[in-house]
Amino acid sequence: MNGTPEDQPVLLQVEHLTMKFGGLTAIDDVSFTAKAGEITAIIGPNGAGKTTIFNCLTGFYSPTYGRLGLHHSDSEFLLERMEGFRITQQAHVARTFQNIRLFGAMSVLENLIVAQHNVLMRASKLSFAGLLGMKGYRQAEKEAINKARYWLQRTGLLEYADQDAANLPYGAQRRLEIARAMCTRPALLCLDEPAAGLNPKESSELNALLNYIKNEHQVGLLLIEHDMSVVMEISDHIVVLDYGRKISDGTPVMVANDPVVIRAYLGEDEDSQLPQKIAEDLPGVRQDA
Amino acid sequence: MEYFVQQLINGVTLGSIYGLIAIGYTMVYGIIGMINFAHGDIFMVGSFIALMTFIALGILGGIWLPLALLVTLLVTMVITAAYGWTVERLAYRPLRGSFRLAPLISAIGMSIFLQNYVQLLQGARVRPLQPVIEGHFILMKSAHFSVVLSYMQITIVLVTVILMAIFATLISKTALGRAQRACEQDSLMASLLGINVDRTISLTFIIGSLLAAVAGMLFLLYYGVIDFYIGFLAGMKAFTAAVLGGIGSLPGAMLGGLIIGLIETFWSAYFTIEYKDVAAFSVLVLVLIFFPTGLLGQPEVEKV
Repeated sequence: MNGTPEDQPVLLQVEHLTMKFGGLTAIDDVSFTAKAGEITAIIGPNGAGKTTIFNCLTGFYSPTYGRLGLHHSDSEFLLERMEGFRITQQAHVARTFQNIRLFGAMSVLENLIVAQHNVLMRASKLSFAGLLGMKGYRQAEKEAINKARYWLQRTGLLEYADQDAANLPYGAQRRLEIARAMCTRPALLCLDEPAAGLNPKESSELNALLNYIKNEHQVGLLLIEHDMSVVMEISDHIVVLDYGRKISDGTPVMVANDPVVIRAYLGEDEDSQLPQKIAEDLPGVRQDA
Repeated sequence: MEYFVQQLINGVTLGSIYGLIAIGYTMVYGIIGMINFAHGDIFMVGSFIALMTFIALGILGGIWLPLALLVTLLVTMVITAAYGWTVERLAYRPLRGSFRLAPLISAIGMSIFLQNYVQLLQGARVRPLQPVIEGHFILMKSAHFSVVLSYMQITIVLVTVILMAIFATLISKTALGRAQRACEQDSLMASLLGINVDRTISLTFIIGSLLAAVAGMLFLLYYGVIDFYIGFLAGMKAFTAAVLGGIGSLPGAMLGGLIIGLIETFWSAYFTIEYKDVAAFSVLVLVLIFFPTGLLGQPEVEKV
């Protein structure tokens, strides 16, 4: 729990988001907001619709109804109406995946430079400037490499820069995904289970990295995570989903003590004394479900 | 010996043309996983456009030859690229996301359409062009055979080498090339990084068509006769070259092109010319038995 000022601007406003697949309602009228410079965690049991929300935000699905407004640089982007690649190009939403999706046959550095495609493509002037190695393009490329180097340093991957991404150890691949997402200059960064499969040391490094991104770059982070130690430690705001509905929304302390949340996670017929105790334990529990 | 050297020169020349076409096949396969069967016909359209431009320039008359060649090259490239782009836009893009065979069938349809379109407009008869680049060096001379290296052959190999160099730089060094490689590996992820995947695919078709246009023009200048059907066999050979080199691999396409060109030439020179195609395709079969992914293709390793 970090003491972030309350007056951070609202970055993402999800209103009445509903996603139906045929007869199945994966997300049912979910509304929440996420602020810039804050970490908003979306938690919930398996199948609660967390990843579906991400898929709606990044244009993989178009929502059945609802409004996804992203506010930054004095304009509003309606994500549900934008083509997939424009969500990154114009609205500056970046995303990482539960199962890592790097460009395995490219070097680590190239993975980060591809993420800066739009800047470079503009500088390369229909590729003519790029082919001739003209000054403007070389300049842009230098800047791109500098930016990549900055994120490699931040994520501790500098030593791997020239290796193929596929040959990196698992933890490094996870960090590379975050570095690559950051190279797109996102305003909103959506992380789908970034701590999955990390050991406790890597996990605490990840927390530090995410806090750094949030504080230094004023990025709004949206986090799906099962690891409650991560969630409770770094989130400023938690949204709890169950069966596609939002059941709770608030600060980590509020959510951890919310009887509805405890019921969703632990079932109905628990001893009435239990909630208090679980609330105390919850930050330390590793959720392996 | 002299005879051998002569055949080597002829083979490399032919192989260069095949290589240029093969790149179009391999690139499209790399990025969207389909065989663009209309690519051979794009090559044929290219050679017809070159022919028409030449004739038009001839009517205008009296232009300095290198300038005329350059103008023809540019006109051919631009118009052929427009054909390639249009084919992609009309016949393949609407089918993206449908089952794998759909664009393939559409490609065969486009191939037949382009052949008939040119046949209707240009007639079924062969169209000749008088030799434009004449002259030759004599490299070796013996009693009854002299090895000839014509200026045309030098032009073909030179143009191919230059184009390959430009193309290799484009793929490895520029933003567009990087985007193409990214789309090849994971197009969904590429779009999440803000890459316009549709445009990248269009540009791939355009680049492939540009190379096919040059090949078409070189073919026209080299052989001096074209008809609406040249795209089929040349396309087939180039496709074979791409598979031989390892489909999806760009150096592989060039290498495959050279090999097919050499085999064909040597077979015609030393054995029977009627069976030169059989020889080329048989080598493909043999290579695929021992290298199922082609000579330079990367074996697919599934990482769990």
